[in-house]
Amino acid sequence: MRQNINPLFSETIPTLSPEFAQRRAFRLASSCGEIWDVLDRVFDPELPGLTIWDLGILQDVKEVDGQVQVVVTPTYSGCPAVDTIKQDIKKELSVVGYNKVDVRISLAPAWTTEMMSPDGKQHLKSIHIAPPNREDNVSCPVCESNQTTLLSQFGSTACKSLHQCESCSEVFDYFKHF
Amino acid sequence: MNTKNKNLYRFLVGLADDSVILSHRLSEWCSNGPYLEEDIALSNVALDYIGRARMFYQYAVEIEGKGRTEDDIAYFRNEREYTNLLVHELPINDFAFTMVRQYFLDVFYCLYLEKLTASSDSTVAAIASKAIKESRYHLKRSEPWIEQLSQGTEESKRRVQLALDELVNFVGELFVMDDWEKELLSSAIAVDRTELQSEWDHQVQTFLSTSGMSFDDSQVQIRGGRNGIHTEHLGHLLSEMQFLQRSNPGLNW
Repeated sequence: MRQNINPLFSETIPTLSPEFAQRRAFRLASSCGEIWDVLDRVFDPELPGLTIWDLGILQDVKEVDGQVQVVVTPTYSGCPAVDTIKQDIKKELSVVGYNKVDVRISLAPAWTTEMMSPDGKQHLKSIHIAPPNREDNVSCPVCESNQTTLLSQFGSTACKSLHQCESCSEVFDYFKHF
Repeated sequence: MNTKNKNLYRFLVGLADDSVILSHRLSEWCSNGPYLEEDIALSNVALDYIGRARMFYQYAVEIEGKGRTEDDIAYFRNEREYTNLLVHELPINDFAFTMVRQYFLDVFYCLYLEKLTASSDSTVAAIASKAIKESRYHLKRSEPWIEQLSQGTEESKRRVQLALDELVNFVGELFVMDDWEKELLSSAIAVDRTELQSEWDHQVQTFLSTSGMSFDDSQVQIRGGRNGIHTEHLGHLLSEMQFLQRSNPGLNW
């Protein structure tokens, strides 16, 4: 599992959400750590570079009688990326020799942005998408200004809204707290 | 199927039909919205409803246990076999009509799904928990639109009023319990729709009066959707929605 070693990190995002802490503890306690690590190479097709672990949708990994069972929870109920993610999981696991893979979509517990990892939030910012926060305070991912305006409640995908920075005029997506 | 499962199947397909039909209507705004952001927003709301429909259909075919798929149910039933409540199938009309209907339904679904999250059926409860978050967000968008249109120009007010007058005859059906739904209520799977009406009325009337609008909800209510009796509009919608699968059965992307 990736560890955060960025010293700036503790200043920008000081605490882990309980939901993410729980996921991390669950992963650390799992007996198939290697499979979790392989799945760190599966990305959300609409959020370049964001892994399904960091996004928070990868919920469980098990190996039963030579078959790998992966549980994923969708972000939004109509998320069109789910089928692609299923295929990508199977593809990455087959590369390392797991050919019997069952990917199950589970609705409960319902996904929330609180399940996202701090690394994931940092990554979103690096690709100029404002990461979710509980208060929906949207600051510009480019110049950090808090003076931003909502342009539309939906952005390029259902999980994002569209904003503009009043300081640097950048138009950017905010990953909605959900 | 035993009686309980028959009732559950009918209940699930009804909810799925509501969602898929509204989704189709909303998707008609794709590339026709008043401006690009609104176009994207309406399409995203449509996508949420497609997702909701899929969850209900998938569970329905599981309960049915005949090996059918969600596509079989959505694409190969006729108008009389569709059981959506009529309000979902009315044409999009103008933007004011689409948004007033959306606002009415957003308020309704926020109330309805909140109760449904406590369903004794864990899958139904899980779907409701997923969907309610989306409806709450939709309401945050439809409410300001009604406010803006109601306090805008004479023309925008006139259009909101026309939409209110048209929709008033169709909202009553949202609060009617059918026999199979009553059966499921007794086992705490379904929600008592009749209990939601006063809260819905209160919320909607309070909000509309602050925007200087009102509607009289004591008029005749048009019903029939759950029993397959529809307005003339549904057949046209289905012919557009289903033609690809009907002409090429089993076609995949």
